Amino acid sequence: MSESHSTSVATQAGWGGGVSPYGVGYKKLGMWLFIVSDALTFSALIVAYSYVRIANDWPTPFEFYPAIIFSSVMTLVLLSSSLTMVFAVDAGHKGDRAAAAKWIWATALGGVIFIVLHVREWLHLIHDGVTPTGNPFGTPLFGGTFFTITGLHMTHVAIGVIYLAIVAMGFKSGKYDSEDVEVSGLYWHFVDLVWMFVFPMVYLMSTKVS
Amino acid sequence: MSAQAESHKPLFIKVWIGLLALTLVEILLAYIHFEPLIMLTMLMGLSIVKAAMIMAYFMHLKFDLPVLGWTVSIPLVACILIMIGYFFPDAFRIVDFGFRGWQ
Repeated sequence: MSESHSTSVATQAGWGGGVSPYGVGYKKLGMWLFIVSDALTFSALIVAYSYVRIANDWPTPFEFYPAIIFSSVMTLVLLSSSLTMVFAVDAGHKGDRAAAAKWIWATALGGVIFIVLHVREWLHLIHDGVTPTGNPFGTPLFGGTFFTITGLHMTHVAIGVIYLAIVAMGFKSGKYDSEDVEVSGLYWHFVDLVWMFVFPMVYLMSTKVS
Repeated sequence: MSAQAESHKPLFIKVWIGLLALTLVEILLAYIHFEPLIMLTMLMGLSIVKAAMIMAYFMHLKFDLPVLGWTVSIPLVACILIMIGYFFPDAFRIVDFGFRGWQ
């Protein structure tokens, strides 16, 4: 099966099986299909958020400090963790198991930093009286949509950290191959990609401009 | 494979710098006064560029067979366009005509 994701196999047409039309292994194709369905979940949430944002008098409470600074640093951390993940996949394909595991752990650390910063950000808001059902700004849906979208994303980051830890240990011990690292990388980049929409939609659109 | 992957490393760093630069532009835009809809269009435009960069380079689609990229992106874009095209304009209907409450 190892040659199944080489492009030469993909170009051979035939009805007899053994052909890989996408030129990727079944794990990678499976992850891509999951990503498409998960992307639609987030798309639905973001479109719904845009809807209620337009149809309501939407508050813009996010001060430069702490909200915008925190969320900007979180974006930097997540983008950087995507870069370390690319390096992990690169090392994995070269067969350097120790280096790949090191880069995956660095990526997972980025995820942990993201979660810690995000929880701090949440606590700031909760301290200001913002909850899923109400807030001092007058539009109850503000809190509901905020915690739903960022909460679902944070759940994805938390699952990603656990997933990466399992792959790092399994790849180092020889249990998993480089395709498993690549597939976990796809998931991680997707979580990063979603944040590229959540950050401007939820934070930058509601920045307090004096 | 390894020689090819080696040559990509500086490219990935360039993509990462590009993504950070676009993020900085987005944050600066947040501090300029714009109509919400213009602001939304600009921010979403930049985010789509960033998403395309992540998918093409980090998620490797640029180096995979084109059919994989088309297979994952066409249904996704189609579904998102349906959501935006059908549901989003309805938000303006409420703004224009008002919400009359539950009957």
